[in-house]
Amino acid sequence: MWRAFRRDPLAVVSLVILIVFVAGAMFAPVLAPYPEQGRGEPNVAEKFQPPGGEHLLGTDHLGRDVLSRILYGGRSSLSIGFLVVIIAAIIGVPLGAVAGYYGGWIDNVLMRITDVFLSFPPLLLAIALAAAMGASFINTMIAVSFTWWPWYARLVRAQTLSLRERYFIEAARSIGVSDAKIMAVHVLPNVTTPVMVQMTLDLGGAILTGAAISFIGLGVQPPTADWGTMINLGRIYFVERPWFVTSAGLAIFLVVLSFNLIGDTIRDVLDPRTRRDRR
Amino acid sequence: MSTPILEVEDLHVHFENYAGTIHAVNGMSFSIQPGEIYGLVGESGCGKSVTALAALRMVKPPGYIAGGRIRYRGDDLLELSEERMHAVRGGGIAMVFQDPFASLNPVFTVGDQTNRIIRRHLGLSQKEARAKAVDAFDKVGLPDPETVYDSYPFHLSGGMQQRVMIAMGLSSGADLLIADEPTTALDVTIQAQILKLLTDLRKRENLAILLITHDLGVVAETCDRVGVAYAGHIVETGTVEQCLYTRGHPYTDGLLGALPDLVEHGADLEVIDGSVPDGLETIPGCPFHPRCPHVMDVCRGDPPPFYRLGEGRTTHAVACYLYGEHPVIPPRAPGPTDRPGPPRSTEPEEAT
Repeated sequence: MWRAFRRDPLAVVSLVILIVFVAGAMFAPVLAPYPEQGRGEPNVAEKFQPPGGEHLLGTDHLGRDVLSRILYGGRSSLSIGFLVVIIAAIIGVPLGAVAGYYGGWIDNVLMRITDVFLSFPPLLLAIALAAAMGASFINTMIAVSFTWWPWYARLVRAQTLSLRERYFIEAARSIGVSDAKIMAVHVLPNVTTPVMVQMTLDLGGAILTGAAISFIGLGVQPPTADWGTMINLGRIYFVERPWFVTSAGLAIFLVVLSFNLIGDTIRDVLDPRTRRDRR
Repeated sequence: MSTPILEVEDLHVHFENYAGTIHAVNGMSFSIQPGEIYGLVGESGCGKSVTALAALRMVKPPGYIAGGRIRYRGDDLLELSEERMHAVRGGGIAMVFQDPFASLNPVFTVGDQTNRIIRRHLGLSQKEARAKAVDAFDKVGLPDPETVYDSYPFHLSGGMQQRVMIAMGLSSGADLLIADEPTTALDVTIQAQILKLLTDLRKRENLAILLITHDLGVVAETCDRVGVAYAGHIVETGTVEQCLYTRGHPYTDGLLGALPDLVEHGADLEVIDGSVPDGLETIPGCPFHPRCPHVMDVCRGDPPPFYRLGEGRTTHAVACYLYGEHPVIPPRAPGPTDRPGPPRSTEPEEAT
């Protein structure tokens, strides 16, 4: 798999970018030139410093080092992305498997519930939920996950529907293997590939949605650093001092693009029709 | 003759759909002796696969078994509890399907899958089950069974996958194998190997096999006895020689006549007039009478009983009034144009 992955230069570049951002977020306290400013401590004396010199990416309206803020901001933005797709998959995959495996009225009820969720514009639903629950990191995450899980339920249901007709499932059922065990042993391992690909592709979108919610002030609250919040605070000064808005926007842009490119490549590599035996 | 391992008696299977009731199997009866290969032949839609599924009580709704008896080793399978059926399926009667790849789970090694089945049926430990699986892989002629054990289904060719499927049945102690068109998805050369394997296993393991196929060549090569099915009935039964190389039911004759002639180049294929009944309405009398070239008034009345033909240790029976007390068509002298050649053109013996 790695060999096929390596053949795609875009995916490799994307992976490098992601590793840089993830490592930067993880080791922000060590890497950031001004960790205490990254955490939110103002330094008004040095506000609006342009990039270069002591502050590589300049400083913001409270004089905080933008590079440190970006590194710390990655912690919340990236973790929202990862947690959202993980929670969405944890809710959606079992529901989809149950709906597809049993069919009938169970399938109908579950799929109509996903229809209800999918009929809302996702961003709007997430904003409404975040607003209703109050602005915080955890609530943002929950709100975005809630708009996301129906996609996983549908994906897994479709896969399960076709698996259900395969002889190995029927054979297992015919010798009295319980439904729960058939789903755990035969259905789930067969749907991991599409789910993993979907999760990678969704990571970018989840980060974007999380950032959007923070941008309108319903997500991560200042002084905690977050890319969406940084864009929100910086947009007032955009015309004369564009650097700290641009840095945060660029961070989001690069990360989301990288996740999408990697997701595409993984999908191609893992596709069983292109999978090659290397024994 | 010893007691049959499987006895199907007057089996009826119906399917309900929007158009009404489809009579897929209409009173099928046959029996299989231990260590015997019984071929069930017929064209698509004659009920042969449904009969196989019914033998394992695996007909799915909207289909159901409407009547009859299926005895396996003395137990009436239609009376058994679902729990006891679980043990029979795979543990007593194994089934192999047309497409081996769809029968194997792509995310586990074939050894792991076989191992699970052995442990379920025989309650062995992981290690014992492994030894048994490797042994079974060896028995079905898989080269290097240890390596095959750790292979994923997509590592194996279609023929090897089919061997694995057969090994799964063997390793769990099944003594009857139902093979539903086991070679249709395979190359002709592989097909010959698999059929050879089946005949070998019959000899070595005393495995009884119900071979379901539409390929008369396969039947001629492999089976001991044959049942010819038409519209959910058995219309003729006997040994391969009796059914394929002597005059019998007009339907069997028609099937044999429809085989392409390898000698006369460019000759038109013979066909059976009409088409297969859809099973929605039951045909009164003989099911074949609307298409039969020898149809008589009596054929439209009551369904014909089986008439015994010839003298032999094995009964050659035909459900056709032609062979009643007053056979209408006198036996004709054998000749090259009298009757289309059998699939294996050697030793055409005419008993009538």
